[in-house]
Amino acid sequence: MTTPVLDLRGVAYRYPGSHQALYGVDLHVHAGERVALLGPNGAGKTTLVLHLNGILRAGAGTVEVSGLPVTDAHLLEIRRRVGIVFQDPDDQLFMPTVRDDVAFGPANLGLRGPELDARVTEALTAVDVLGLADRAPHHLSFGQRRRVAIATVLAMEPDILVLDEPTSNLDPASRRELADILAALPVTLLMVTHDLPYAAQLCERSVILSDGVVAADGRTLDLLGDADLLRRHRLELPWGFAVPRAD
Amino acid sequence: MGARPGLHLHIDGDSVLHRLPAHAKVVGLLAFALTTVAVPAPGWWPLTVAMLTGCGLVALTGVAWRYVWPRLLIEVPFLLFAAVLPFVASGPRMALGPLQVSEVGLLSAWALAAKGTAAVLAATAFAVTTTPRDLVVGLQRLHVPDTLVGILSFMVRYAAVVGDEMRRMRIARESRGFRAASLRSWPTLGRTLGALFVRSFERGERVHVSMVSRGWTGTFPTFATATAGLVDWACAALPALLVALTAAWALAS
Repeated sequence: MTTPVLDLRGVAYRYPGSHQALYGVDLHVHAGERVALLGPNGAGKTTLVLHLNGILRAGAGTVEVSGLPVTDAHLLEIRRRVGIVFQDPDDQLFMPTVRDDVAFGPANLGLRGPELDARVTEALTAVDVLGLADRAPHHLSFGQRRRVAIATVLAMEPDILVLDEPTSNLDPASRRELADILAALPVTLLMVTHDLPYAAQLCERSVILSDGVVAADGRTLDLLGDADLLRRHRLELPWGFAVPRAD
Repeated sequence: MGARPGLHLHIDGDSVLHRLPAHAKVVGLLAFALTTVAVPAPGWWPLTVAMLTGCGLVALTGVAWRYVWPRLLIEVPFLLFAAVLPFVASGPRMALGPLQVSEVGLLSAWALAAKGTAAVLAATAFAVTTTPRDLVVGLQRLHVPDTLVGILSFMVRYAAVVGDEMRRMRIARESRGFRAASLRSWPTLGRTLGALFVRSFERGERVHVSMVSRGWTGTFPTFATATAGLVDWACAALPALLVALTAAWALAS
């Protein structure tokens, strides 16, 4: 068995002076997998994501990325390996131009000159926004900003791409365009979402996180076809949506 | 990207000033403003030269004057103050047409108006020819502390975002019948401002998390830009030199 890209064992976390968010999460994601992380509001999804690159540190349990434990000694390499795209692109895009924003991550890794330029061009091309390189992020449409936000992370050549609610605030056309781009990216993917049809479209495997623990882990179509399971964890398919048969 | 004239300070173009590296322009502008301010009153000749230089710089940008005038309005309060000075200052009086004005006040008003106008003209020429991105990189090149550059960069990036948030809050208030018509509406406006501050603070925390997630360790990376050669520095220093030489000549004669 190969080393998983993400290997979480018994991860528990309590916010200082506040509530316990995670109660012992086990999650393994292997190279090339596309996994949807589903769960109701307050299930601990974002808290879990912040553990993947060491922004939050587990009170108990371990997190390893491609065999490397998340510790202070490996933090920069961990953050290169785990590319997190946050929910609001305005939080992710903070530099004066798109080009500088995409270059920010690789520059922090020490890249300069033609190598850095090539990395930026490659990342912008991958999400089809190369023509926006010299624009200011606040002059872009929401859909364009979302794609640039993904490019900022792709430029670091991560082992795994983690997307937090990638479809929120997108119009249907932008949502479809993003799906086309994500489907074409040759990366391991962990997608945090409430958008169950999107999970069904892009991820063959899903994990349901509920009340700080993994409540279910299996084929997306199997999980979405289990109405009782979804109801127990406050998940619902949109009205009129039928899950295609798993077989 | 090119900003639409009238909406943003920078205006696209291909003038000498547009092409001059931003860090040379910052130093040149600072030198010009300081030299002009240092000219002793009345300084008829040096200050006239300073104002003409300011006009020349604006003309060099190639930007139509109709886009420049609105940017000069910032000077109006200073000009109003200068206009009042001859009437309120003490000292010997002199006749100015049908009016009796203070001689010292009149000279001070001229110096204030001339210095202010020259500096604002030069600053406008700088602003319309320098993109926010170039300004940030220019300040980095001048070794301005990272924290200050960061604050400026974030201000440029998030002014529109915070402005949008403020606009949405105003619409939400007015949609529920609120009108800021009297002092009694101030507490509501105060609470809105407080909420805006908290939201902006929280956004700051989220931006910080996203920076750290991409390997930021406290130092902004510097991206390559045009370097300034001897000719660039000479061009940037020219306005300040003109004023300084005229002042020296005026003092000597």
